[in-house]
Amino acid sequence: MTAEVADTSRRDRVTGTGFTRGLGVVTLLGIAWLVSFGLFVTPADINQGESVRIMYAHVPGAWLAYLAFVVTAFSSAMYLFRRTRSLAWDRVAGASAEIGVLFMGISLVTGMLWGRLTWGTFWTWDARLTTTAFLFITYVGYLAVRNLGGTHHQRARRSGVLALLAVLEIPLVHFSVRLWNSLHQEASVAGNTDVTMDGLMLFTLFLGVIVFTLMYVWMLLHRQRALTLQDMMDDVGLDVALEARRAEAVAR
Amino acid sequence: MKDLGFILASYLVTFGSIGLFTFAVVRRARRIGRQVPPESRPWT
Repeated sequence: MTAEVADTSRRDRVTGTGFTRGLGVVTLLGIAWLVSFGLFVTPADINQGESVRIMYAHVPGAWLAYLAFVVTAFSSAMYLFRRTRSLAWDRVAGASAEIGVLFMGISLVTGMLWGRLTWGTFWTWDARLTTTAFLFITYVGYLAVRNLGGTHHQRARRSGVLALLAVLEIPLVHFSVRLWNSLHQEASVAGNTDVTMDGLMLFTLFLGVIVFTLMYVWMLLHRQRALTLQDMMDDVGLDVALEARRAEAVAR
Repeated sequence: MKDLGFILASYLVTFGSIGLFTFAVVRRARRIGRQVPPESRPWT
């Protein structure tokens, strides 16, 4: 009976391990901490007022999207490099891009909500907003390319090349506020040696980045394992189809 | 709190979409995982 329960539990925890379960618990606690600090504990900003609370979701979302896309490019390069070629790298690239698109979407929507309160409009064709939207669409395209037909190695090759090109957009997005006249403010923390932000606000911003990073790692592990299972099932399906075709040919 | 609706909406969008994505990933993995025996999974 106990063995049966253990077996059922093992079957249900398809992509989970002891590590991911522990990580999941820590992440949930982190989310509760971030939300309570972001909504109730931190003070309102002298210029932005209460709308600064949106920043605790918007900024970590943008940073994690960058990180996810860089991981996609790195994993793609590892796949394309002959010595390290493995479909595991390609699956990490695909999983990371999916999560990156999610975080970029979050950053865009929360940015629009913040923009309505601060600039009086949800959207304007500003350099930062436009390049960010372009980056988002590029990675939606990358995911579409991954779902085109072909073998797993064909998928990995074509999406790998695309990932290495797409990642070049990130510096353009990041430095767009310096390259062009932009409504969007410059970085308040990253690359700034004279940070004038309130200590508790700065702490909450860093807490957001840490919590979003934990979420990213948790989702990446689960998603790439799910992709591994999908690839295994595709291979089994292909083997069965080939066997059926061979049997058909012999029968004729 | 001023602008409460916009602030709550931003948190709802953030954690709601992350929750939905997580749910979809786990559900899809379970569906596929039923066809793969636990001993064939490299991480178990």
